Amino acid sequence: MDSLLDLIGGVLLVMGTGFLFLGGLGLVRMPDLFNRIQVGTKATTLGTILTLVGAIFLHPEWGLKLALIGLFLLFTNPLSSQVLARAAHRIGIKQSPATKVDRLIELPWRRP
Amino acid sequence: MSPLLTIMTLLLSIAMIGGAWVAIRSFSLPMAILAAGLVSLLASVMFLILAAPDVAMTEAAIGSGLTTFLFFFVLGRVKGGEDD
Amino acid sequence: MVDFLVYLSATLAGAAFLLALSRFLKGPTLADRIVAFDVLTIIAITGIVLVALDEGRSIYLDVALVYALLSFLGVIVVARYLERGF
Repeated sequence: MDSLLDLIGGVLLVMGTGFLFLGGLGLVRMPDLFNRIQVGTKATTLGTILTLVGAIFLHPEWGLKLALIGLFLLFTNPLSSQVLARAAHRIGIKQSPATKVDRLIELPWRRP
Repeated sequence: MSPLLTIMTLLLSIAMIGGAWVAIRSFSLPMAILAAGLVSLLASVMFLILAAPDVAMTEAAIGSGLTTFLFFFVLGRVKGGEDD
Repeated sequence: MVDFLVYLSATLAGAAFLLALSRFLKGPTLADRIVAFDVLTIIAITGIVLVALDEGRSIYLDVALVYALLSFLGVIVVARYLERGF
């Protein structure tokens, strides 16, 4: 008979990988690069953090290592997505026609 | 070996063959380097499934991190000297 | 019950892996492939955690720790290469 903590951990695991699946689906379906960067960072970060929390519920004695993995993911994942989006904007990758606003192009310190 | 690990091994094998195909057949050099990094990443997970965590850690640090970094660094340096 | 939930989550992660791999194989530009590579690294971290849960050995989590530390390095290097070619 499973305890309540195991059930909570399993449900959190399924929720986290469900968000990973939504991220992969968005990676295929989104129209241009910037939408793909956004869906590929936010959804997968949430999914991985939820999966790590579920693993903490399943095995509480691994908590320190799993929390460390989640902390490093929270540090490095937005950094890489921001650097990649800035580089893609600077080399002039076109946006989708459905995107109306581009705040970065009207900044005064932007190099031509 | 549990059925989860068997199915994961099959999936990883198919993905490694696909990545190696891109690395060989691609006409663009950065895409080939990135595909080689993908093959190294999947090989690391494969080593982990085969119960060798130390080899997997070395492959993750050197094969997937350092080799891709060095290849892109050198590619940026020699650009303009070669045609391809 | 918990085994069934772990298997269901592994199935969902495998489906996400296949979708991201299809984007990697057909992505029109280099930047699309880098995004797919980043997502594949994160899915690999989740897969390593699932393997560690299935085997019940916590030494496997060290590999996931190395990936969490190193996953941004490749993306930053390729972004610098795209921007000005070192």
